[in-house]
Parts: sequence; structure tokens; C-alpha cells
Amino acid sequence: MAQLTICSHLPGTFYRKPSPDSPMFVEEGQYVEAGTVIALLEVMKMYSEVVTEVSGRLVRFEVAAESSVEPGDVLAILETE
Amino acid sequence: MQKPIKKLLIANRGEIAVRIIRAARELDIRTVVVCSEADIDSQAVRLADEHALIGPAQAAKSYLDKDKVLAVAKEVGADAIHPGYGFLSENASFAEACEQSGIVFVGPSASAIRTMGDKAAARTAAMAAGVPVVPGSDGEVGSLEGAIEAAGVIGYPVMIKAAAGGGGRGIRIAKDEAELCQQYPIAVAEATSAFGNGAVYLERFIASARHIEVQVLGDGTSVIHLFERDCSIQRRRQKIFEEAGSPVLDEATRKALCASAVKLAEAVAYRGAGTLEYLFDSESGEFFFIEMNTRIQVEHPITEMITGVDLLKAMLRIAAGESLPYSQQDITRRGHAIEVRINAEDPEKQFMPCPGLVGDIVWPQGPGVRIDSLLRAYYQIPAYYDSLLAKLIVWDESRPAALARLKRSLGELSIAGVKTTQPLFLALLETDAVKSGEYDTNWLERWMSGKREEQKPAESTAGSAI
Repeated sequence: MAQLTICSHLPGTFYRKPSPDSPMFVEEGQYVEAGTVIALLEVMKMYSEVVTEVSGRLVRFEVAAESSVEPGDVLAILETE
Repeated sequence: MQKPIKKLLIANRGEIAVRIIRAARELDIRTVVVCSEADIDSQAVRLADEHALIGPAQAAKSYLDKDKVLAVAKEVGADAIHPGYGFLSENASFAEACEQSGIVFVGPSASAIRTMGDKAAARTAAMAAGVPVVPGSDGEVGSLEGAIEAAGVIGYPVMIKAAAGGGGRGIRIAKDEAELCQQYPIAVAEATSAFGNGAVYLERFIASARHIEVQVLGDGTSVIHLFERDCSIQRRRQKIFEEAGSPVLDEATRKALCASAVKLAEAVAYRGAGTLEYLFDSESGEFFFIEMNTRIQVEHPITEMITGVDLLKAMLRIAAGESLPYSQQDITRRGHAIEVRINAEDPEKQFMPCPGLVGDIVWPQGPGVRIDSLLRAYYQIPAYYDSLLAKLIVWDESRPAALARLKRSLGELSIAGVKTTQPLFLALLETDAVKSGEYDTNWLERWMSGKREEQKPAESTAGSAI
């Protein structure tokens, strides 16, 4: 078991769902495959996907939805086997 | 009825808020700019007479909050609200709410916004006014026979478009009847599986289209035009390089195009500044109305440069109930103007946005050069809004002279600390297409993908975006 952090590379706004009426990309505690989109970052009206590089259990998000993030901020913790 | 504007609320940010403040000040109108928490240190806030904080950085909770903006306008005693572009500028219910509160909305009536903002209604209004629209089938075509019959009237090549489609999805092109017979069933099957609705309609396919738009000013009774702008150099449907006039129009076509825009704007009793957008088929020389923008546009300065008209001041005077300050005979076209959008984006990295702290700035100067910008040195560019930092606008007596002036000005421009689109424009000025003015709306994307092909080996070590 190892814990990995997923960090932001950009400053911007953090979103956990693709649109206000959509369900969350993933819930805390959920198992995700490598390559899963777990959130969006909006920077100057452009959206970048936050994607997991490895498979594992998404333990928790470290920032609240729709909050501002800076480069290097930890967005989420992933537990791998 | 004339009602002078003494105090104007500016419901916008960035360079357009600065531009509106300048126009208002010259008309001796006091300005109040609304701002989000992220914009408290902005140039617009510094220049306005007053400012009012309306919420957090997110536009939905500040600049787009109609009730809050209106409440602030009442609180500060504003007679009028200028919405700029974007945000609430084409929101008919906001315009209506202003009217009901006795505050002048600097723009057209709510009903004109509604009619022209709905593409289908605008198309119907255009047809009723005798303005050409892109030829298409009369609604859905229910069968292959119906499609063949409609294509015969429209003329080939045709696009088969899914009625439920959008954003370029669900489109097939047929260049003759044989291709139509082959493509039609595929298009219907695709529409059914992609959108759960197999309905399709036809539209003329314009292979080499230019985006040409006409600037108009109306006072609710009469309308004048201020000639056209050519905005065909686009990336992902975003304009980045605009010129006035269009390098491809002959005088007869220009006259017909501008006259059609006036006719349509008069048909909806248009008040304020507006832009009618057209597709121009470079091969056939035909133009077709596509939609109207019922607000001031980013690229308005090039029109100001060739006509000498201050569009923002004209908007404010019309909003105060004055008749059109100009008649058509007053509007003459002189020389050529070009605008390039200096965005905080890195053209070398797929136009990745680059907010950040700006260092020293050197603006180009000299004859025929204008800068509309939100920047000042040591300003922290917020990450929450669009990436437009400055518009560099040049004018000269001819197109080649304007291009040379643009190249000289871009060479002088220096914005330290952030990546911008400046190098892209310097590269564009070296292309034959820009030099000759022969480009269409897809040209920039084709040119850039060609450049990417050339650079492939060097890019293999580049880092990846999130």
C-alpha cells in the first residue's frame, strides 16, 4: 500500500463535476482505474482534465469543489496496492 | 425622450471596462465599476470614479449575478448600465429588469436581444427583410427523395446536418447527387445513434468561407452602417486577428453587404451598436447572414480607426435618448486598420493559459498605433477570466502599410513575466496568406497543424499538460 498525491500544475478553479447538474466524476473512497478523469481545472476559461496516472482507491480530495488552487497544491490522495 | 446620463454603472471588467470609462469621462459622465474580489486591484477599479465589490472571483457569483448588479446600480444612483461584451450584455431578462427599474440599459431593447439572439428567429427576420441567409432545406428532410429535391434547389455541395446535433457534430458533406444518395442513410443512422433522433436537414456547404461582419448604429428609428470587418483568421472559432475593411470585397459587394445589414437592423428597430455577421463565399462572391451580436464587440476599434467614429460615445448618446449622432453621409472609410489580440497564452504549448505576475511593459507607440488594455506593470493577472490582455490596433493608409506598421509595433511590444500570443502574430505576418489577404475561416488551423508537423521531432520531449 502506498499513498500518492495528485497535485495541480496550474492556478485556477477546481471542479469535481463536468457541469453544475452532473454527478461527481468520482466519490471519495471509490476505486479508479489509471486514466480516469477525477476533476477539472478551469484556468482563464479553459478547462484541463485532472487524470489519475495509476489505478487505486481515491482516499479523499484535499480541496473543496469550486475553490481556488495554486500550482503545487495537493488536490487528492490516492492509495495504490 | 432625452434623459441625460450623469452616472454610469459598468457591469464588466478588463479592457472593455477601461474603454467604457474613457468614453464616459469624455462625455462628463461619472463612472462606477463593479468588481469581483479578484479584480479589486484592476486598472478599471483604479480609473473609475467609484467601484463596488459584488462578490467572489467566480463570474457566476459576481459579474453574472443580475440581481446583485442591479441592486448596486440602484444603491449608487446610476442612471444607466453599460454591460460591455460577454457577461450580461446579451441577457434579455437583465435588459428588461433594467427597463423596469427605470435604469437605462446601454444597448438594444430586450425584445431585439431576444429576436436576434435566437438563431432561428434571426434567420426568419433576415428572410423577411430580404437579406440572404445560407441556403438550406425548409426544415427537416424526411426521405432521400426529399433530400435530393431540396439539394436541387439549394445547390451542391450540401451539408447533411443532424437536427439534434451541434458544435460541428453530426455533419456529412455531399458534393453531388450520387454522394448524397450514399451519405444520406449514413447521416440518418449516425444521427439516430448519436442523438436518439434521426432527423436531418440540408444546408449549402461553403468550402472557402470568410467571416465578414458589418457594424451598425441605430437609434430605434434609423440605422447607419460603419462598414465591415473581416475576422476570418480564427482558432477554435475564436477571432484573433481582425481587419477593416475586408481585403476581398469589391465596392459593389461591400455596398450590397452593408445595405443589407442596415435593412435588417431597421426591420427590428435596432437601437445602439450592433454587428451583423455574414459568411462570404470567396468562390461565388455571395454573402449570407448568419447571426447578429446585439452589443459592442472586442474588435470595434478597427472600425473606429477607419471611420473616426467613437462607437462607445455614440452608444452612450443613443442610450441617453439622442437621435443618431451621425447620418450615413458622415461616415467615410479611410485607410486600413488591423487588430491583434494579445492573450496570456503560450502558442508553443497548445495555447495553454498563462496567468501570472506581469513585469515591465513597453507599449508600442508612434503614428497610427492604439492599445486597449487592462494591463499595467507589476499587475497580477487573475486566472478566473478570459486571457485577453491587450488589443494592439494599427491604422495606415493602405493594407500593406498597415501590415508593416503592425510588424513594427509588435517588435516594440514587450510584456515581461508572462507568455503571450505576440510571437504568433510575428510569425503570421511572414505568411503569404496574411500578406495577400487570401485566407478563410479554417486557414489558421491548417497553417498551425502544418507547423506542428514540421516541428514534430523537436517536440517529442515536451512535457504534457494535466
